[in-house]
Amino acid sequence: MSVKLPIYLDYHATTPMDPRVVEAMLPYFTEKFGNAASRNHPFGWEAEEAVEKARKQVADLIGANAKEIVFTSGATESDNLAIKGAAEMYREKGNHIITCVTEHKAVIDTCKRLEKEGFRVTYLSVQKDGRISLDELRAAINDKTILITIMTANNEIGVVQPIAEIGAIAKEKGILFHTDAVQAVGKIPFSVNDLKVDMASISAHKMYGPKGVGALYVRRRNPRVLLAPLIDGGGHERGMRSGTLNVPGIVGFGKAAELCKQEMENDAKRLSVLRDRLNARLHKGLDEIYINGSMEHRLPHNLNISFAYVEGESLLMGINDVAVSSGSACTSASLEPSYVLKALGAGDDLAHSSIRFGLGRWTTEDEVDYVADKLTTVVTRLREMSPLYELAKEGVDLSTMQWQTEGH
Amino acid sequence: MAYSNKVIDHYENPRNVGSLPKDDVNVGTGLVGAPECGDVMKLQVKVNPDTGVIDDAKFKTFGCGSAIASSSLATEWLKGKTVEQALAIKNTDIVTELSLPPVKIHCSVLAEDAIKAAIADYKKKQGKETTADTHAQPTA
Repeated sequence: MSVKLPIYLDYHATTPMDPRVVEAMLPYFTEKFGNAASRNHPFGWEAEEAVEKARKQVADLIGANAKEIVFTSGATESDNLAIKGAAEMYREKGNHIITCVTEHKAVIDTCKRLEKEGFRVTYLSVQKDGRISLDELRAAINDKTILITIMTANNEIGVVQPIAEIGAIAKEKGILFHTDAVQAVGKIPFSVNDLKVDMASISAHKMYGPKGVGALYVRRRNPRVLLAPLIDGGGHERGMRSGTLNVPGIVGFGKAAELCKQEMENDAKRLSVLRDRLNARLHKGLDEIYINGSMEHRLPHNLNISFAYVEGESLLMGINDVAVSSGSACTSASLEPSYVLKALGAGDDLAHSSIRFGLGRWTTEDEVDYVADKLTTVVTRLREMSPLYELAKEGVDLSTMQWQTEGH
Repeated sequence: MAYSNKVIDHYENPRNVGSLPKDDVNVGTGLVGAPECGDVMKLQVKVNPDTGVIDDAKFKTFGCGSAIASSSLATEWLKGKTVEQALAIKNTDIVTELSLPPVKIHCSVLAEDAIKAAIADYKKKQGKETTADTHAQPTA
């Protein structure tokens, strides 16, 4: 078995660009450098044509009309535009927004900002499987609710929310529905009409496209969604997002979307087999490992596992030729573990012991086997030096221990 | 984050991992930290009753690389010291030796706490002092 090290299994953080995407972009840095807003000469027309082609490619991937795509600098901006833009535009109608505790910070912190400006925000909790309860959602809705924003798939645990059901509820109540679809679009089927989504945030670099470009899908019909812009200026993107368009980035985004549309089904099948192989091999080699979040409603390329009695950062140190991410945040100032895992009710100790695996287009079977075997070795070694593992093996119930925590 | 070579060395080749018989009257055990904070250290010392010198020291740590290195280093330093000398070990000594960055200082604090807790337990067993109750106990 030969694998090239280090191995990248952090595809939720970012993805390498597909070489076909790079190829499509290259002319737009040099000979086709025009400003898409230049209406008076062929340089501008050429750039505009390329942007419109990309707009259609992105729209086609999510079953939208090209006119409903607003290009942005990335999904963080898309989330901000959707939430702040709708909040400002519909303020007369109401001041209540519903979101969820496991959302990305781009959504949570945007909502927190709006709270300071007088909006009221309900943060729905999640069930043990990581999904919201539709009953809780219904109960949270009141006559001041103007927006529901719930992510399609979570960036840490890969859990897919019941988006179609949420969309149906939002439609029935006449409330706008935004979803941060960054981790899902290009990976699993996503159709704005089937799901009854009014706005959706997408990012190119999560789907083998370039960094620095994203989009917000904004529904134009039934209902026509209006947003107050965050950035004022030349009135680009139907006035919702001024600023010269990032033509090479947008061209790459379009190409990446086209490729995802073609290859998504095969990629998803292949990656779910590899993901299940990784999971099975880890379970074969180790006891007391726990999957965080639903396996049924989950992205095909995600796995998030807590390795009990072993701290995540020390685990990462032991597998330093594998790029993954841990829910333990011992390096940060707060020492707080992942808020997503905490929200599942897993207990802080298990949150500290978690690893997120994100597989992608170039992940191989050999890589998955290498990672599983390496982790098994390292977890076994770290458990041998773990006082918690020793106590547990002695039959002590760790949850009834009184721990000395002051000062830490 | 980047670890110093000394931290990496202690992580890869930890000194004195293991356990001493905790019921032995000459063994003191300190268990500090908490799983929800991401750090738990168990540190044990075995004191020679004739000389008052620490003959052996062992640790087990659940925590990041710096926590493992801090406790591993502590056991190295403890061996051959008297109980009073051991109490003089300061967390700042560990920070300096391992070149710990500011976000990892708490790991050295925990190691100092573990030393103090182990020695307090030893003294308690010897009937000398009963001041510290800093180590964890099952409540059940």
